[in-house]
Amino acid sequence: MKKLLAALVGTMALATAPVALSAEATKELKMAYDADPVTLDIHEQLSGGILQLSHMSFDPLVRWTKDLGFEARLAESWERVDDKTMRFKLREGVKFHSGNELTTKDVKFTYDRLKESQDFKAIFKPFSGINIVDDYTFELVTSEPFPLLLNTATYIFPLDSEFYSGETADGKKKDAIQKHGNSFASGNLSGTGPYLVTSRQQGVRMEFERFADYWDEESPGNVKKIVLTPIKENNTRVSALLSGGVDFIAPVPPTDLERIKRDKNSDLVTMSGTRIILFHMNQERVEAFKNPKVRQAIAYAINQEGIAAKIMKGFATPAAQLSPAGYQGHNESLKPRYDVAKAQQLMKEAGYEEGFTITMMAPNNRYVNDDKIAQAAAAMLARINIKVDLKTLPKAQYWPEYDNRSGDMMLIGWHADTEDSANFYEFLTFCPEADSGAGQYNAGNYCNPEIDALVEKANVETDVEKRTAMLQEVEQRLYDDAAFVPLHWQDLAWASKKNVKVEPILNVMNFPYLGDLVVE
Amino acid sequence: MLAFLVQRISQAVLVMFVISVIAFAIQDGLGDPLQEMVGMSVSMEEREAIREELGLNDSMVVQYLRFAGNAVQGDLGNSYFYGKPTLEVIFEHLPATLELVIGASLIIMLLSVPIGVYAAIRPQALLAKFFMGVSTVGISIPVFLTAIVLIQIYSIGVTVEWFPVDTGWGQWLNGALSTDGGMPSYGRGDDLTHLFGTWHSGFFSEIGLMHLVLPCVSLASIMLPLFIRLIRAEMMEVLQSDYIRYARAKGLSAVRINFLHALKNTMLPVITVGGVQVGVMVAYTILTETVFQWPGVGLMFLEAITRSDIPLIVAYLMVVGLIFVITNTLVDLVYGLVNPTVKLTGKKA
Repeated sequence: MKKLLAALVGTMALATAPVALSAEATKELKMAYDADPVTLDIHEQLSGGILQLSHMSFDPLVRWTKDLGFEARLAESWERVDDKTMRFKLREGVKFHSGNELTTKDVKFTYDRLKESQDFKAIFKPFSGINIVDDYTFELVTSEPFPLLLNTATYIFPLDSEFYSGETADGKKKDAIQKHGNSFASGNLSGTGPYLVTSRQQGVRMEFERFADYWDEESPGNVKKIVLTPIKENNTRVSALLSGGVDFIAPVPPTDLERIKRDKNSDLVTMSGTRIILFHMNQERVEAFKNPKVRQAIAYAINQEGIAAKIMKGFATPAAQLSPAGYQGHNESLKPRYDVAKAQQLMKEAGYEEGFTITMMAPNNRYVNDDKIAQAAAAMLARINIKVDLKTLPKAQYWPEYDNRSGDMMLIGWHADTEDSANFYEFLTFCPEADSGAGQYNAGNYCNPEIDALVEKANVETDVEKRTAMLQEVEQRLYDDAAFVPLHWQDLAWASKKNVKVEPILNVMNFPYLGDLVVE
Repeated sequence: MLAFLVQRISQAVLVMFVISVIAFAIQDGLGDPLQEMVGMSVSMEEREAIREELGLNDSMVVQYLRFAGNAVQGDLGNSYFYGKPTLEVIFEHLPATLELVIGASLIIMLLSVPIGVYAAIRPQALLAKFFMGVSTVGISIPVFLTAIVLIQIYSIGVTVEWFPVDTGWGQWLNGALSTDGGMPSYGRGDDLTHLFGTWHSGFFSEIGLMHLVLPCVSLASIMLPLFIRLIRAEMMEVLQSDYIRYARAKGLSAVRINFLHALKNTMLPVITVGGVQVGVMVAYTILTETVFQWPGVGLMFLEAITRSDIPLIVAYLMVVGLIFVITNTLVDLVYGLVNPTVKLTGKKA
């Protein structure tokens, strides 16, 4: 693991100058995201914005590398004790912003709080407990063998237990997690991360300053101060970069990719993403969708490559399955199967040559070009005589409709919190079951207990090779069954001024590791 | 006077009551506030618990009565997103919007009066025709387009290479049409002066003023043509009236006639329209603030809608309603000052 770290740091150093190690932080970075973190309490909400903040002001036990491997952070090393137990060694001499020293006591505090958090408890469900061996050694124990233990450990950002314990002046508990309202943790933070929050005006501006006692002295990062301005409007965000008002922006809208590429003062970084966009076909609402041939016909009628090229302007990777490349379940052999003649043939075989009418629903401000994608899909379905009555809604109104399964075909995008294939199946294709929460977003009501059982089996398989085979089989069977209509994985894009070297710190999870950012 | 104020206050209360009822009635159509508060993978059970905690499961009437009970005591609830009292959130954002409106109003007043009067006195002059032509174009361009064009020209800069670069005149023309950009394109800048309470002003520093320029010009662009045309039309009418003719016959100087006698009567309808336009201005600040990421109440309101932050939406609408009532009251008072024959409560003089 250390080698990997050294190699990573090495490549970064090469990109800048050989003396970059433990460079003195002197630079200022102005950046604009589409939103600022909703709270400073990293356990209050599980969202991209909060995880981005977590990587700025806290450090995880381990973190993802660019190629979806693991890199040691606050955990120095780890080893499997048995099927269900992993022993971690904590880095020594790490200081929190408050000056307190990091020990296993803080890890336990954090673990307990995660188990309480409404947003995170689901991810930590497989864990049965944490054993503290000594000040710098602890064990994470799961109730079943758990192949995703390290994936989950990327969510453990140790909190300063002393800082978050006790009561505030008005008698509220400092460690309370409150969704709405002014909890202590939502306005104050103390982590081990590279940046302290020095000022925050919610929705307007946030300032960070490099933590003088940051433990990672090998980090090449040389940014002393970061000013984050949320700029929601795409055009304004791009203008801010082009006019020199900010140094780094994300996300970059597909319509402006060319404009930034042409600009001689800016760099553009794009990456194939992991968020899948798909349509569910509701079998409970439409009798015809129960027939696999009809579902296949729809899968054949939709031109994923056309949507990716024309509507997404190449800013998407056409998909024929849920798992993106790099995930264990990704099945190389599955390709988009656009073929209108075949689709018409299948409709005929199913006895629906005359077609039928359905309703379709999609959000219009949640995913990139979501409403246009739905319009295109509706037009494509007309070619196999399926008449589509399309309704697009703002996200705030769309999700209640989604929960009620109000449309015959509904669009959804999904990103696996665990960066693992199984998460897709659990939420999108499992037989819906209200009690266990399985298939919570399965608006197709597709149900195949055999596939579910296979996923369950993979979930307790710690042998990577065997697990990979199982998950790929799942993808194959879902594909053959046309359980849903996959469209594409949304790409990611960032842009910066030329002297801001963002490429090395970006990754497909969209957590820029700003602590390691080098500005020339 | 007292009767007038009492009448207006009772009007304000009525307006705010009606707004709050309407806002509450439409909240179901605004979507589910929970979606913005929890991650996608949070279970239905957990969601239900939070919903219960927020009181979202109660009937509309119960929710309204609870809200009204608190509102009477001056508490308009807590914003879901900011986790703070809604009024506090609004007052934090209000100064930014007010400065935008003040800046735009200054531009409008300083330009519309001289241009309007000039165009009325010399309707045939070439310059007057030019102003009227430009104002027709100005009134028909949407404010966000104006804003985007201004940003492109003055913030990002444009390089023009239409003319041959190997000739002197070509280079000069290219240079004359190209711009360097450099004007701030978003936000209020980081050099604000604290005045009082939540008011941090951008009027007292160079950076702050520079940040005000483009948003104020954009906002003014939509209203300026209207006022120029209004002042011109009114002035032309007034200039036809008998008392102006008598004044001329009496031999008063043109300046005295135009700027004292004529302009005063011209301004009466302008003030009325101005008062109404403040409301339109509030609507346009939403657009302007969005394009310039101006941290005012307009942007705040728009984001509150996408987040279904219902308490904040209701509070904003009530505050805006109050602003309407106040401006209209002020307009009526000013009206009385300009034209003493107008009686406020409509009683006989």
